[in-house]
Amino acid sequence: MQLLSLREAISTYVKDGGSLALEGFTHLIPFAAGHEIIRQQRRGLHLIRMTPDLVYDQLIGMGCAARLTFSWGGNPGVGSLHRLRDAVEHGWPQPLALGEFTHAEMAVAYQAGASGLPCGLMPLHAATDLTSVQGDRLQALRCPFSGTALALVPPLTPDVTILHAQQIDARGNVLIRGIIGAAKEAAMAARQLLVTVEEQVETLQADMNALILPSWIVTAASIVPGGAYPSYAQGYYPRDNAFYLAWDEIARDRGAFTAWMERHVLEVPDHAALLRALGVAA
Amino acid sequence: MSAPDYSRDEIMTVTAARQLRNGAVCFVGIGLPSAACNLARLTHAPDLVLIYESGTVGTRPVALPLSIGDGELAETATCIVPLPEIFAHYLQRGRIDVGFLGAAQIDRFGNLNSTVIGDYAQPKVRLPGAGGAPEIATYAREVLVVMKQSARSFVARLDFRTSCGYLEGGGARRASHAPGAGPKAVITDFGVLRPNSTTHELELAALYPEVSVEAARAATGWPLRVAEALEIVPPPHPAELEVLRDLHARTQAAHACPVHIKLPS
Repeated sequence: MQLLSLREAISTYVKDGGSLALEGFTHLIPFAAGHEIIRQQRRGLHLIRMTPDLVYDQLIGMGCAARLTFSWGGNPGVGSLHRLRDAVEHGWPQPLALGEFTHAEMAVAYQAGASGLPCGLMPLHAATDLTSVQGDRLQALRCPFSGTALALVPPLTPDVTILHAQQIDARGNVLIRGIIGAAKEAAMAARQLLVTVEEQVETLQADMNALILPSWIVTAASIVPGGAYPSYAQGYYPRDNAFYLAWDEIARDRGAFTAWMERHVLEVPDHAALLRALGVAA
Repeated sequence: MSAPDYSRDEIMTVTAARQLRNGAVCFVGIGLPSAACNLARLTHAPDLVLIYESGTVGTRPVALPLSIGDGELAETATCIVPLPEIFAHYLQRGRIDVGFLGAAQIDRFGNLNSTVIGDYAQPKVRLPGAGGAPEIATYAREVLVVMKQSARSFVARLDFRTSCGYLEGGGARRASHAPGAGPKAVITDFGVLRPNSTTHELELAALYPEVSVEAARAATGWPLRVAEALEIVPPPHPAELEVLRDLHARTQAAHACPVHIKLPS
């Protein structure tokens, strides 16, 4: 594990055209890392994430993405991700190829990637039109023991997975608490694992079965307080639901979106400056 | 007739809540299903087990979450499990009694579209997509659908089938080996539709007091049949309304609460 500034971590490990999973299910979404990728103007990325959320709406709208693999693309409890929709419906700012799964399929695909399996396996759900648009991403097979219809999904193995976590200890071990989604699977499936954390502590105060990523699994870590905002970090700050509601209006219009991103992301040096500009941090 | 002292949203939420029996294990979606499940938990079903797909099991939120994974759900849960386990150990293994779904379109056999309006490759409207719906529709012992009724959303033909109801009707669902029974009720802002026991076509089974059969038919994109014994839904009880309105007031206050992050100096 190397301890790097977020700027160095992104410039070293996130490459144009690479596949990238920023995971964290509603909780611990690595927004600061997403913004740094936008600042460094990465292009042609294959973005992977179960719920693209605002972070991918921003990356897509700023022209960083060529492809999206996902399982549910809305603003939770609010409505559409307008930048995602504009890219799919009108090709703005550029066309976006979609690879679409259900949550359960995508979880299995991450598990397969994390386990070194050539495919993930699950029962085939009842007939829908999803299978027809999934192409070779989903194949049917009959179970040799029971005769049951099974679905096979190819593994997800991102070039880079980025997670946000609460703490890193002096030896570089990383602790995640609260809702974990498919973070562990996405971490273990990746070729490189980058982590941003709220703080560094001497020793992690964790239960025996806590989710700890050993330091030698982590490629690089950066200390970024507030790095999950406007999502949240359990024990540090809550989700800014008012911001998620306000985003609907900001992202609806191309001009308003671009102006917001320029002012709050491109024209600020880092995440702390964004938090101060929004009045979230003093 | 004087105007009712409740809104359509309120009678819809109360009607959905009444479908839930105490002790049932419920896979909850965000929005009206979440309001209905928590209303049931705070009134007639205190031991309802609420599971959100974020992995929070047995959660008892004080205010309604905006997202499926707000901190409130984690803090009040019996346990939090990884997302792959929610789908594998709880849903796929057959441990969910009731799954709640909404969608942009539904057809007469309760099949749902939450993927696209128009053609998949050139969509008129790109919707959020599948999420957990296809597996909930397949594995939950029974499914409740909550949707506002209009000729645009209750359609003769789906633009895209994201989740299965009774497929083509009759025995089609059973023949598909889907373990769950399928949609038991569709709760709308007009009343309740239920599947015919033989054909599985959705029929108008109950109406709200202020709604007519003609209005419900006009808001349906196929010739809506009326069940033999059409019921009138009893209006929300004042106690139900009070609990629901308190819940919404707590939720609004919680969502407006400003976030402060302390940065190290």
